Amino acid sequence: MGITTSNQTLDEILALAAAHFKVPREKLTADDDFFKTLGIDSLQALDLLTKLEHHFHVELPDYELQGVSDFRTLASRIQARL
Amino acid sequence: MTGARGQALSWKVADGVVELALHREPCNEIGSQTLDELEKFISALEDSEGGAHALIIHSDVKSGFCAGADLRELYRRSQAISKEAAVKGVREYLGRIHRVMNAIDASPLTTIAAVHGVTFGGGLELALVCDLIIADKMARFCFPELRLGLIPGFGGIPRLKRDLGNAVVRDLLLTGRSFNTTKAQQIGMVSQVVGEGEALRAARATAAQLGKFDRATAAAAKKFIKPIPYEELQQEIDIFCELFTRPAVEEGLKRFVESTDAQPYLP
Repeated sequence: MGITTSNQTLDEILALAAAHFKVPREKLTADDDFFKTLGIDSLQALDLLTKLEHHFHVELPDYELQGVSDFRTLASRIQARL
Repeated sequence: MTGARGQALSWKVADGVVELALHREPCNEIGSQTLDELEKFISALEDSEGGAHALIIHSDVKSGFCAGADLRELYRRSQAISKEAAVKGVREYLGRIHRVMNAIDASPLTTIAAVHGVTFGGGLELALVCDLIIADKMARFCFPELRLGLIPGFGGIPRLKRDLGNAVVRDLLLTGRSFNTTKAQQIGMVSQVVGEGEALRAARATAAQLGKFDRATAAAAKKFIKPIPYEELQQEIDIFCELFTRPAVEEGLKRFVESTDAQPYLP
């Protein structure tokens, strides 16, 4: 099993978010505010959090994600728990 | 009991299974309307328990099972009256909801909560009164009450302490973090995790299986292994009412009510 790199984590998040919210993958970039780009509210963000936890097999306490709204920071938070 | 449809919930009976469906938008917040209808449901349930073997509680609302108490109603009502009257009203409300929860908890029927999406606060407490929780893999659970300066008030702590370890209760209560079905199953809170949109189907399949067992035996087994922690439940009401008088609670409720977020569930 290879080591998951931060870029790889970021790519997987972007692909997962695009698929879950039915947004073209090419429209998403690392520094996007995902609330704005995906057009989601906090409830949908909760869905995204659950999807990410299942995908990466990690637990992400929501207080660690307070104030996080871009994919790059989100990836770093996940990376820290892999 | 044949069935009924109210503004917040409905129930029906088929093949010995009572199904209680919550259907109050946006996420089945439990206010006075829901409580009135829950009391009617309990009364109907107790009148007809002999004809059924299982109860399933689920939600017809897309966003989730239940987001807990209707905090907007609580804030609005408490603002319109004196502090003393507000605390008295809260105590009465909690007494009523506890009677509903205790009735479901002690029902001789085997009870199943089929949950999806947001299962927070009082919604989680409603699920916890059931004998089994079957969860959609996208369900999410949380005790967010501490962020309002309160503790869970619908019996959640005594029931979670009864069913799981004290350390788990401290973790979930004191951090107020939300957690997914993997964690919920790992700690023993959820008995089955199923695919998206499959919780009710799985609950019905489980209820059909339960119908094969002798009812008196199942009821005796449940009574033996599931004592109701009445003393701690009363202590919970007392602590909740004591905390409710503090200014921090009013501030927390105000912050929640005035949030511009359509779904202000996150901490």
